[in-house]
Amino acid sequence: MSTTAKAAAGTADYLDQRTGVGKAVKEFARKVFPDHWSFLLGEIALYSFVVLLISGVFLTMFFVPSMALIEYHGQPASMDGVLMSEAFASTLHTSFEVRGGLLMRQIHHWAALLFMAAIVTHMMRVFFTGAFRKPREVNWIVGIVLMILGLAAGFSGYSLPDDVLSGNGLRITDGVVKSIPLIGSYMSYFIFGGEFPGEDIIPRLFTVHILLVPALILALIALHLFFVVLHKHTQYPGGGRTDKNVVGFPLFPVYVAKAGGFFFVVFGILALMGGTMSINNVWNYGPYDPSPVGAGAQPDWYMLFLEGSLRLMPGQTEYVIGGYTLSLNVLIPAVVIPGLLFTFLIVYPFLEAAVTKDKREHHVLDRPRNVPVRTGLGVAFLTAFIILALAGSNDLIATHFSMSLNAITWVFRILFFAGPVFAFWITKRICLGLQRKDRELVLHGHETGRIVRFAHGEYIEVHRPLDEQERWLRVNYDAHRPLEIEPAQDARGVRRKGYKKDRRMQRLSRFFYEDRVEPVTPAELAAAHSHGEHDTLAGAPEHQEIGSGAPVGGGRTIVSPETGPDEQNR
Amino acid sequence: MSDHQHSSEVGTTSSNAPGAELERFDDPGLPEHKSRMADRDPKAAKRAERQIVVLFAISVIGTIASLIVYFAVPPGETTASVRLSTLALGLGMAFALLGIGVGAVHWAKTLMSDHEHVDERHEQRSSEEVRAEAVKALTDGAQDSGIGRRGVLKGAVISALALFPLTIAVPLIGSVGGDWNVSKFRHTRWERGMRLAIDPSGRPIKAADVTIGSAVHVIPDVSEEERLSHAWITEKAKAVVLLVRLDPRELKEAEDRVGWSYDGIVAYSKICTHVGCPVALYEQQTHHLLCPCHQSTFDVADGAKVVFGPAKRPLPQLPITVDDEGYLIAQDDFDEPVGPSYWERLK
Amino acid sequence: MKALAARRHHRFAPVVLLLLALLVTGGVYAALAPSPASADTASTADIETGQKLFQANCATCHGPAAEGSTTAPSLIGVGAASVDFQVSTGRMPMQMEGPQAIEKPRQFDEEQTAQLAAYVASLGAGPAIPTDEQVDPALGDSANGGALFRTNCAMCHNAVGAGGALSEGKFAPALWEVTPRNIYQAMQTGPQSMPVFNDATITPEEKRDIITYLVEQREGSAGGLSLGSLGPVSEGLWVWVVGLGLLIGAAVWIGAKSS
Repeated sequence: MSTTAKAAAGTADYLDQRTGVGKAVKEFARKVFPDHWSFLLGEIALYSFVVLLISGVFLTMFFVPSMALIEYHGQPASMDGVLMSEAFASTLHTSFEVRGGLLMRQIHHWAALLFMAAIVTHMMRVFFTGAFRKPREVNWIVGIVLMILGLAAGFSGYSLPDDVLSGNGLRITDGVVKSIPLIGSYMSYFIFGGEFPGEDIIPRLFTVHILLVPALILALIALHLFFVVLHKHTQYPGGGRTDKNVVGFPLFPVYVAKAGGFFFVVFGILALMGGTMSINNVWNYGPYDPSPVGAGAQPDWYMLFLEGSLRLMPGQTEYVIGGYTLSLNVLIPAVVIPGLLFTFLIVYPFLEAAVTKDKREHHVLDRPRNVPVRTGLGVAFLTAFIILALAGSNDLIATHFSMSLNAITWVFRILFFAGPVFAFWITKRICLGLQRKDRELVLHGHETGRIVRFAHGEYIEVHRPLDEQERWLRVNYDAHRPLEIEPAQDARGVRRKGYKKDRRMQRLSRFFYEDRVEPVTPAELAAAHSHGEHDTLAGAPEHQEIGSGAPVGGGRTIVSPETGPDEQNR
Repeated sequence: MSDHQHSSEVGTTSSNAPGAELERFDDPGLPEHKSRMADRDPKAAKRAERQIVVLFAISVIGTIASLIVYFAVPPGETTASVRLSTLALGLGMAFALLGIGVGAVHWAKTLMSDHEHVDERHEQRSSEEVRAEAVKALTDGAQDSGIGRRGVLKGAVISALALFPLTIAVPLIGSVGGDWNVSKFRHTRWERGMRLAIDPSGRPIKAADVTIGSAVHVIPDVSEEERLSHAWITEKAKAVVLLVRLDPRELKEAEDRVGWSYDGIVAYSKICTHVGCPVALYEQQTHHLLCPCHQSTFDVADGAKVVFGPAKRPLPQLPITVDDEGYLIAQDDFDEPVGPSYWERLK
Repeated sequence: MKALAARRHHRFAPVVLLLLALLVTGGVYAALAPSPASADTASTADIETGQKLFQANCATCHGPAAEGSTTAPSLIGVGAASVDFQVSTGRMPMQMEGPQAIEKPRQFDEEQTAQLAAYVASLGAGPAIPTDEQVDPALGDSANGGALFRTNCAMCHNAVGAGGALSEGKFAPALWEVTPRNIYQAMQTGPQSMPVFNDATITPEEKRDIITYLVEQREGSAGGLSLGSLGPVSEGLWVWVVGLGLLIGAAVWIGAKSS
């Protein structure tokens, strides 16, 4: 035994005697994780959070969370001799005098934007593949809370340098808070310690940004990952992958290297961005002063949807009721709309389970096409989100595409309602189309481009049947049917309790599953093959095909997909 | 190792369609394992190993480079020198990190075993026996404590637990909002006879200085000392005003506001009645005032009424006139709260 | 007011108005700009050539005596600075109607522009073309210029002069390429939607400070590529395209089977 091995064994023995760590190592070292690029989206979020912690600790060493006014002397020239808060001055000091300070600031900010972008794409992956289904509903909620905390972390950090841009963001926050009925004014005082902006908000946000929110995020990330280990990771459908197993590579060594390596890739790309692309150059905006505002006054991208929602709302909806002012023109876009969006995300897994009457555990992911309504709703949701974010950028759209700001606003007002509906409809149609394409492929095989002439002069194209792995991929799903409910009255003609509720659920269920494409059954495949010697012909050398005289199922008899209840119900 | 294990459950999954089991294909099991170049050819494996070594070496070079840059390239005094320092440090760091990352992944992909493993899954739900034991543990515990029988005790425990947070919450809420005097929203620093001064220089402005078509951002003319204090920022946040001179013939004035302007000069609060952004974007040809945050548009020629966007109310007007020396002065404070609406605004 | 409205259509009304305008602008000019205008350095020959150029290129819209029309404003009293700004940036002569006149290659050379300016300046006093010293960025204070720019200009032109949107298709142009002289003239004369910043509200020294600040911004960003200096929207776009784009590429590479 080498000395290193001896030392390792000694340490392991010491630790195990005191912690029983051997059991954990045995349990987890070779734990299997499935391999797919989309499973790394969550890791991007996790790693950008780690980068945020590392760069954030660096920044706290130099940041002064104080609103006390001082006259700044130093770089850049446009800030020399300007009166500003210590928070802003220390941001300038970090950027221009601390070596690597500007790099760290930029890495930190890019990491924050990436963190939210990765969270959103990770959520999209989870949503569209149905990974939120039982037993993972709770973890989906944990994820949504993490996303909301991410928004809080981003917004509080964005405001810390006390510049004109973020100061106006805080002012908008103040305006939104004031619009809350009854308690608005007091909420505003609660946040700012008096009137806006006061002298407390930066220190308060600092505590929120470096203690409260990161601590919560860390705790919830731990919970999130604990659930991943507990449930074992989901896997994409394929041969040998079932709800009862997990197929992939062991944690040690493959994922230690792949996931560990990916951390360095994420950090490396963030370093590259921080070193080459400027972000949030606060000296451009200047220290906060309530008078100025810059064109292009926008929040970071993940808050743009709120900005857009505020921009789109017409002002007529402010009412005075009994002498009290109800600002629906602010409440609806800034409180109700985001409330609806988040509620949809939280409720969706439970809604889908209810209309599907599905109580099983699911570990094999859905292909998005196989659940057309879910996919459609997801795309509709994203469409609404994107339209709001674009509306939040309407001034930049106007200048970059030479259009009228007012016209763009009107177009987005209409699109906000029409866009998601259209997106839902078209997505659902595309999904159903892809499912039919799958059926056709399973029944008739791939087109080969080889044209064959029969002795009697008929031309057909040879189709190559699917191998069993590919076929399995395309047939292995459940086409759920709408719920069937008990009649309104029982056998004795007594009205049944709960019938109305069932009926509502059934209507919803019909919305989900009325249109569907059933997977091909072995019987259907056999029937398709009996049209001709599909397999033998396709596999045979070409010269034999000519004149073989056997009619072939493909090409000529393009599928009339027996899509079952789908067409019948229309 | 359980490569290519084909468990017996594989194949048919249940479905809510009756009789579906009979109509489903069988799971073909895991696909055949395809070996990689590095598995078949020792030369390829050797080559991959060399590549990985090079990648880790790049990382070491990146680290050394960034250390050299740290000492050799100071941020300096100009924009270009700060940019160079940031760029050099960033590139060194990026190479140091990407070398490790790409090297580790390349290693995992080419040299580590790529045979898939299969683990069993177990249902999350506990077995019936475990559940029964859990329920028993809880009922036994409850029995032990006698919480069910001792009603008063239960009430006392709940009350104590529910009330103690007040010892933290009350002092916190009492102080967190400052003096909680929300009526401060109603008043600004403007008062009768106060001169209008140009923002940010603080020079008082004469009526003759405001030519037609100009827009001047003004603040109350307070002492230099006050202007440099922090409290001023909070006052300024309510008091900023935009001064515009129009051709008096183009100016429409409400009857109750005649005399609030001076020879075509009108003064409006710069704080948007929507959510409080500074409404500063003045288009002198159309007399429209646009908020760059949410694009509420106000017509300065017509009482600053809303012509587009999410605001409802016109901007509050500051009544002005001139003093003996020709300087513009405020006749009084605004007659309504400036800025965004709030619940008790009209009370 | 009613009486005034009735006489508006009287055939002498334009003349009276013209005289009035001359009187008012002359008065204002005398009050505001005691320094001699550079118009008087122009020779009579220049004014005459300028008048010919005006008749040939501008009179269709601005009227034969520059008195204006329904489609174009009167140029009496706008001063040489205004003409120099509009013509040297190619905004005038306008090629087509639109929400606003846009910058394009200039149609008249330096000399012709000066002649046009001399002619218009001879019609009525107005702001003169600034001297080289007045617009020399080396002489200004960028910190003061930055503060003034933030309060008076940034809401339309963006914090560093990258431009921004106005209502109904109008826009405040980017200032990256605008010459110091044109920046000064724009503040003086308030072209199109832009308000006027006369020498009382922003003094000539302050105008120069603003020019210094703007010219300094052309050095780019200390942090690297400036990404258009458009703020969080462009940063958000880049994080999705470059950041997430590269990382998803990396993820696909990690997830793909090695050959």
